[in-house]
Amino acid sequence: MAESSRPPGGRTRGAFVLRHLVRFVISLAALLVASFAMIHLIPGDPVRASLGPAAPVELVAARREALGLDQPILSQLLSYVRNVLSGDFGTSFLSGERVGDVIATRLPNTLGLALLATVVALLVAVPLGMWAGVRTENGRGRGTEAAFTSATGTAVAVPEFLYSIALVAVFAIGLGWFPPAGRSGPVSYVLPILALAIAPTAMIARIARVETLRELSTDYVRLARAKRLPAARLYVRHVLPNMLTATLTVGGLLLTGLIAGSVLVEYVFAWPGLGQRIVESITQKDYPVAQGVILVYGTIVLVVNLLVDLLLGVLDPTSALKET
Amino acid sequence: MIIKNLTVRFGTFTAVDDVTLEIPAGAIVGLVGESGSGKSTLARAVTGLVPYTGGIVGGDPRRIQMVFQDPYASLDPRMTVGTSVAEGLQGLRLPRAARQAEVERLLSLVSLPASLAGRYPRELSGGQRQRVAIARALGARPELLVADEITSALDVSVQGAVLNLVRSLREELGLSMLFISHNLAVVRYVSDVVAVMHQGRLVEIGPTEEVVGSPTDDYTRSLLEAIPRLGRT
Amino acid sequence: MRRLPRTPAGIAGIVLVTLMVILAIIGPPIWGAGAERIDSTVILQGASAAHPLGTDNLGRDILARVLVAGRLSLTLALLATLIGAAAGVVLGALPSVLPRRAARLVTGTVNALVAFPGLLLAMFTAVVTGLGARGAVLGIGVAIAPGFARLTQTLAASVAGADYVSAARMLGVSRRRIMTSHVLPNIAEPLILNLTQALGGALLGLAGMSFLGLGVQPPSFDWGRLLFDGLGRIYVTPAVALGPAVAVAFAGIGFNLLGDALAHAASRPAVTAGKDVPRAVPGSVEPGLDEPEPDAVLEVRDLTVTFPGGVTPVRGLSLSIAPGEIVGLVGESGSGKSLTALAIGGLVPHPGRVNAGRLRLCGTDLGELPEQERRRLLGTSLAMVFQDPMSSLNPALKVGGQLAEVATVHQGASRTEARTRAVDRLEHVHIPEPDRRARQHPHELSGGMRQRAVIAMGLMGTPRLIIADEPTTALDVTVQRQILRLLREVTDETGAATLFISHDIAVVGELCHRVVVMYAGRVVEELPVGELASGAAHPYTRALIASLPDMDTDRSLPLASIPGRQPSPAEVGGGCAFADRCELATDRCAERPPLIPYGKAHLVACWEAS
Repeated sequence: MAESSRPPGGRTRGAFVLRHLVRFVISLAALLVASFAMIHLIPGDPVRASLGPAAPVELVAARREALGLDQPILSQLLSYVRNVLSGDFGTSFLSGERVGDVIATRLPNTLGLALLATVVALLVAVPLGMWAGVRTENGRGRGTEAAFTSATGTAVAVPEFLYSIALVAVFAIGLGWFPPAGRSGPVSYVLPILALAIAPTAMIARIARVETLRELSTDYVRLARAKRLPAARLYVRHVLPNMLTATLTVGGLLLTGLIAGSVLVEYVFAWPGLGQRIVESITQKDYPVAQGVILVYGTIVLVVNLLVDLLLGVLDPTSALKET
Repeated sequence: MIIKNLTVRFGTFTAVDDVTLEIPAGAIVGLVGESGSGKSTLARAVTGLVPYTGGIVGGDPRRIQMVFQDPYASLDPRMTVGTSVAEGLQGLRLPRAARQAEVERLLSLVSLPASLAGRYPRELSGGQRQRVAIARALGARPELLVADEITSALDVSVQGAVLNLVRSLREELGLSMLFISHNLAVVRYVSDVVAVMHQGRLVEIGPTEEVVGSPTDDYTRSLLEAIPRLGRT
Repeated sequence: MRRLPRTPAGIAGIVLVTLMVILAIIGPPIWGAGAERIDSTVILQGASAAHPLGTDNLGRDILARVLVAGRLSLTLALLATLIGAAAGVVLGALPSVLPRRAARLVTGTVNALVAFPGLLLAMFTAVVTGLGARGAVLGIGVAIAPGFARLTQTLAASVAGADYVSAARMLGVSRRRIMTSHVLPNIAEPLILNLTQALGGALLGLAGMSFLGLGVQPPSFDWGRLLFDGLGRIYVTPAVALGPAVAVAFAGIGFNLLGDALAHAASRPAVTAGKDVPRAVPGSVEPGLDEPEPDAVLEVRDLTVTFPGGVTPVRGLSLSIAPGEIVGLVGESGSGKSLTALAIGGLVPHPGRVNAGRLRLCGTDLGELPEQERRRLLGTSLAMVFQDPMSSLNPALKVGGQLAEVATVHQGASRTEARTRAVDRLEHVHIPEPDRRARQHPHELSGGMRQRAVIAMGLMGTPRLIIADEPTTALDVTVQRQILRLLREVTDETGAATLFISHDIAVVGELCHRVVVMYAGRVVEELPVGELASGAAHPYTRALIASLPDMDTDRSLPLASIPGRQPSPAEVGGGCAFADRCELATDRCAERPPLIPYGKAHLVACWEAS
């Protein structure tokens, strides 16, 4: 009799979490090395590049010493790692602020924006995509399909900074409904969140539609229909959970993209977040700040990916456990 | 050709466990088993597609060819039938004309018209594709042909013709064959010797009539028992 | 690409991209001088007749600058795409030629990089290479590469795992040749398709970099740089940002729509079965139609399923099943047997249309029943079992819950009652430890057990009709036997009518009381199972039986086989559909033989059967 079953959850799930944690730690280590290497990959002398050719030799030498650039590379790496782990990200060339303080004051603003935009995008996109999927099943609703794909295809192709400029021009300058820049109370969040969320919303809605269509063609949905379940129950109970897992996989990737998108949005709205600061630091060659902020962004990406992976493991035990 | 003490492990799982099987020259050995019995893994090991321990003696392991289950997946959709069949002739370094003649000969061996050589797989029926796959394998002049579930994706009316082809190839070319199927009736029809596989091991092997007529192993008996028969109520 | 997209969105994409290319070619020669002309009398002006989009801080005409900047924007984007694609394809192909450990390292790195947003990678690169167009192009190239690498890897892996590559390896074809003649031709098209979309992405990425001041530096200018210059002025003269913004948006939209349309055209998915319940339209009831059979659980008269374009997979099928009777519906793939099942269950996918002279379940005409009652009747008295037990249960829901659903929805049972009944039903179909199994997810059950659970689901109500569509085809013979037994047991016990659909005439012969043989959408013969082995009258039925080897087949004789193939639902002509393949065919077969009685409880549609 072939009626055996696989060993249930327990151990395999633990192994699954462990595997992802190990992968996370390795990636984090690679990220640390990369952010360290960033400055050392700059051709020539970064300090000289930063201070300009006119800077006195003594200043350059002093700055090099302060940065530890005169040490052997390996001990530089070690002390960099040690410092980062103890929360010391160095000091800004320009303002003399501690980079750790810059991050601590600005990171919450960036995260707040990104998280709110994520929530908005998911809340709009998933029902929208599902609705479109139901409406266009088996090549029905040709008109809906054409409208949906071209609208989302267009929305996806317009970058955040154009949305930002357009929203500022219309709603802040033209109509005066919202402040054009800065962070001042809940109203100031509206335009940046919109600018940030439109493209991901369109993208996730497209994925959600495709996943819904796939779900609708499965045997178990056919069987649920043969059971004549009410439509609401069919979609919420049978289609939604499966479609959500697949949507989240790709959605996770998009959300990390959204964190990058926030750089551009912050720039337009003069939002006091990390993004504004990284642009400034790159153009001004303020390397310690650039290094610190890129490290923080990278870490956020890794954390988001880890969370999405773990969440998928909980939602969809089959696919997660199968994966090696 | 003898498959000797062949074992395939995937991690800690032993898919094929110490199988020894002789395939006499010019004979068809049928290998029957259910899903997960290891029969397809054995086929892939014998043809060198998965690593194994043990050995193949009494023949050149490089001259073993295989025909796959799914005729839709075993032909490159972007290659004409003629090009696909000619792939087996590369070692021969034939001039162009001779190669074309050889392709035509191979196609005629599997009862396909030479005109099919210019067609693409999508223009062929399932049975025709399976014939092309057989022709391609024959081009390499195999010492052993492994047929892995070659009729299970085909409709019944086409299956008969492919089985007839298998038998006539043995008679006309003296081809040795390892014929793998989950269907004992099909295996019985084409094979001289039947081997029964269960959970990675060979549980019974013998001349077809003996295995089918008076099985000694319990598993073979339950398998025989389970075969649906027309008019048995 | 084989065909150009003809959807409105696709056409819009083509037009926009074409315009961009034309602009890139003719822009600089025509407006180049205007874009560079410095005029200190008109600095920082808004829109005017002379300067529709205003002027910049040196009095240069912004419209002219936008039109000229197209070339640089597109060229840089193209460059970045090519760099990214080349690097990506190499990275993606490396794992298939490197030793295993190195291959894993490359794969792992690519997988990690794919997760990083392109802009982040681009900024990293820009820090290293310094500000300017070179840094931005390299940065965007670096940002594009991981995606291409991943795509190449996935595509190459799927081709490398294909049977035809295995076959080539066995034939001794060299690795290099497998790469050039099998792998590359099969992955080239999707890769090229992806280039279009990547180009759009690169354009937007570069515009973003320049917009942040990290890309193109003066005196050069691309659209992003023009936007950078305009940003500070949008509060006063928004028009100055309009030109470059519209240009970037159009370019991005154009490439995206075109890429979408090309991808869509390349992989037009086959329409698969699904929902939609075309009501059985009470068709033209022929006057000669016999009276309703009062005892029959299922009575179908003149059932036809049509799809647009004259495709008629089921043609005038009639069938009735008595309580406790198991009727086998046999045919090869494409004979219309599965659609018959779906039509009876009211599950034919859009855009299929179902017509039936009569479709009665338990004496009630389904076509005349109000929607609400029809749902309840079908929901509780129809049980369906599909072929693949792996996919008939929802992987996200527990087995018990999926069963209990029927009782809560249609029978008003409370959750506890429904659950208790679900466990009881699971036990009824001989699933050991039903209580524990009910709390498990489908993937924790074996194939046979899942098929049992699906049958148990049908037993939650009081099934009057069981439709089983190839329920054992995916199972091993020993498990098949158990499921067949269970089906018979359930039919006997509930007194339901069972319609058992199979391609395997031996299985049908073992399980069923009566056999209905379908060919090209029509019933060609209907006979009691006892006559199947030796009393079949239709040449197709006879050939089907003869071509099936069983344990008593004479091994010294060749098997029967039927030449030719079954006509597809669109090709069926007016005469006997089997005539082309039939040994007995005569001129008379040009006219379609009716299904007429042939002995007791035996119908056949053949002129030569006598």
